[in-house]
Amino acid sequence: MVGITSFGAYVPLWRLKRDSISRGGKGEKSVASFDEDSLTMAVSASINALAEIDRDTVDGLFFASTTFPYKERQGAGIVAAASDLRKDVLSVDVANALKGGTSAVKMAADMVKGGTFRNIAVVASDCRLGHPGSTFEQGLGDGAGAMVIGDTDVAVEIVDSLSVYNEIIDLWRADGDKFVRSWEDRFAQSKGYVSTVKDTALALMKKQGLEPKDFSKVVLYAPDLRRVIEVATKLGFDPQKQVQDPLVMEMGNTGTAYPLMLLIAALEDAEPGDKILWASYGDGCDAMILNVTEQIERLKNHNAIGGLLASKRYLEDYSTYLEWKGLLDRTGGVRPPIEEVSMPALWRDWDEVVRFYGSKCKACGTIQYPPQRACTKCRTLDQFEKIRLSDQKGKLFTFSIDFMTDPLDKELVVSVVDFDCGGRAVLVMADKDTKKIKLGMPLEMSFRKLFYNENEGIHNYFWRCMPSRIS
Amino acid sequence: MGGIRDKVAIIGMGCTKFGELWDKSQNDLITDACQEALADAGMEAKDIQAAWLGTAMGGLLGMRLARALKTNYIPVTRVENLCATATDAMRQACYAVAAGMYDRVLVCGVEKLKDSQYPLTGGLEAPDSTKVDLVLPPATSYALLANRYFPQYGISYEEGKELLAKIAVKNHHNGSLSPKAHFQKEITLEKALKAPMIAYPLGLFDCCGLSDGAAAAVVCRADLAKDFRDDYVLVKGLQVVSGAYERPLQNDGDFVHFEENVVASNAAYKEAGITDPRKEVDLANVHDCFTITEMVIYEDLGFSPRGQAKEDINAGTFELGGDLPVNTDGGLKCFGHPFGASGLRMMYEIYHQLQDKAGPRQVKDAKIGLTHNLAGTPRESSVCGISILGRRD
Repeated sequence: MVGITSFGAYVPLWRLKRDSISRGGKGEKSVASFDEDSLTMAVSASINALAEIDRDTVDGLFFASTTFPYKERQGAGIVAAASDLRKDVLSVDVANALKGGTSAVKMAADMVKGGTFRNIAVVASDCRLGHPGSTFEQGLGDGAGAMVIGDTDVAVEIVDSLSVYNEIIDLWRADGDKFVRSWEDRFAQSKGYVSTVKDTALALMKKQGLEPKDFSKVVLYAPDLRRVIEVATKLGFDPQKQVQDPLVMEMGNTGTAYPLMLLIAALEDAEPGDKILWASYGDGCDAMILNVTEQIERLKNHNAIGGLLASKRYLEDYSTYLEWKGLLDRTGGVRPPIEEVSMPALWRDWDEVVRFYGSKCKACGTIQYPPQRACTKCRTLDQFEKIRLSDQKGKLFTFSIDFMTDPLDKELVVSVVDFDCGGRAVLVMADKDTKKIKLGMPLEMSFRKLFYNENEGIHNYFWRCMPSRIS
Repeated sequence: MGGIRDKVAIIGMGCTKFGELWDKSQNDLITDACQEALADAGMEAKDIQAAWLGTAMGGLLGMRLARALKTNYIPVTRVENLCATATDAMRQACYAVAAGMYDRVLVCGVEKLKDSQYPLTGGLEAPDSTKVDLVLPPATSYALLANRYFPQYGISYEEGKELLAKIAVKNHHNGSLSPKAHFQKEITLEKALKAPMIAYPLGLFDCCGLSDGAAAAVVCRADLAKDFRDDYVLVKGLQVVSGAYERPLQNDGDFVHFEENVVASNAAYKEAGITDPRKEVDLANVHDCFTITEMVIYEDLGFSPRGQAKEDINAGTFELGGDLPVNTDGGLKCFGHPFGASGLRMMYEIYHQLQDKAGPRQVKDAKIGLTHNLAGTPRESSVCGISILGRRD
């Protein structure tokens, strides 16, 4: 049996009320922080999904997105390293289609079925931009979903699948485009989303000889609330009881990550024996029939998405949103010189910077970050073992709040973090509420983007600490 | 390990005005400080046998000093030890004289910070950096001390802010009596408390300024000093200590003291024969880059017991008329902090105090004075430089 053995999502902490974009807007959308992008969110989701998996059994990592930070420089490799996977896993970027997340799941499942891969981590993440004033700006949210596909302890069996590509240009971004474009809505929706998803799902159900009543839930990609109900109804499902809530009010459309995140939401209260119809959309459709097994109980305490949706803070205003998205520059035009990131240095320090390894002295046991050649305590030379700090928790020893340095991080908090396992690191605190900072507060690690060097086209990623979101 | 107590004398000193010296180049500052020092010693540039130029951000090459003064084919060495640069340049000059290599040498510290809009970015890190450590203003790092110190010793935020403000008010008062200070205005406690926040909990008046400036000293063998002047000043001790990143690497780094200060001051006291610094040191000019730094220094240098700087601040111990005046010229608070110059600027004040030439700032019967520099930040590691200077017997 092949299927999903583990899953994890990532919803950024921040929400923008649609009402603050334009009066009368309903609900809210999730917004990645100024130090997040699709890659950092992918790392967060991936690590959540890998929490209960022996990382050495993961043989591949597929990263699906339409908003990769680089056009030429793989994202999956960075996500794999930050997730501390082995160096010899197959890393693949699945690009350019909103159905890329489900396509990656399908590929992973077939590769596991083929017998040469044990577990493959599939991560989908997006932070697409809608043009100011457009319905996309209202509708698009930021987020990531991750699933481990394997053949041991399968919690959700992938029974069958059907994929189509479609021959319509309804939604696109050309090379260099910042914002999502689409053709006139009624054409795009009726000939694109509605008919493609309906036809693909119907064909798959027919192939398996299944009726809508055989399913406990249908999980559909949703361009908006109305269209998802339209498709479900046309397929013969009860829109009140069988359709997974597309989280439009709480989160918005998260692109390639969306189908994965909605399935994770559905799995939070799934029972063994449940049958689920799952379909994505974007340049075609991947539909799958899923069976929930007893193993789902193992993942029940996961609080994979509900907790993240509940843990939220609101952006102060719309202009802050524009600033975070790089659409508004309020620095007054004054910016210090851009710092050069040395690629040889980053290559040498990759384990320290991306995998977030500290060193533990074999002589005296002292854990130290960054890794040292000579032990800070007993001075023993070169007798260290590596220790991964990215999934360690810690407590705040002392801090300061800087009001001057960063035009986006207006209350930048420098934190001295003492890890619960021992050792300490001085890190910037992400997603903090400066009013709630207390010595001793619990902290977690989070992979973030420090800055983008325009001169070199380099995104500089590193770990920050953040207040624990789910206790 | 040996010492240089009473082996070396200061026979001349110079110091430019500190401030935003738009009309002065680095070359001008070196020239002005050194010419004052040479004239004070009754010498000319050609009489100098070796020289040291301290500058942290002022570019490579000690030859800058040779070019400015037109010295006569002598060794000139550039010294860099960040905020302790001048003290370390002085240490190297004094050691060379004490070793018997030279009779008369010149030390100059200079920094021209105000010619750049971003004087603190760049230059501090080796080019091999991944730049994952943010370049942060020093205030942000020193605030780490305050946010630990206050709760550790049961001091409320309001009480802590007021203690720090008292240090600022004291130093501004002293600065108002210093014609060469950058800032020469008194401030009130209220003004300090109401100042805008720079790095929580440090407000504007908890921070020293950025300035241009230079200071210089002419140093000679102690047994030759009387040939130049009667009121020469003796070097009693000179120590520099570097930390090895213990604080950010070890969980017991407490962020309420600097071990570098403790080790360096103990070594300097031992070298100078001082056993009770609180009683034996008559005045001190210490590294008040931030008010919280000065507060912690009181304890690190043995002026106040651990956790009890508060009592001494409230008692006025460190004010001009107090038991142990600290930062009699206004400190970094009023002079600003041109990194390479500050240590020698502090010695310039002590030198004049020990000669009874400090005017309205004069500390009565000053016989032993101390200077203290602290480089680096709490977030990283520190360098402490201490000099102990004494009036001739």
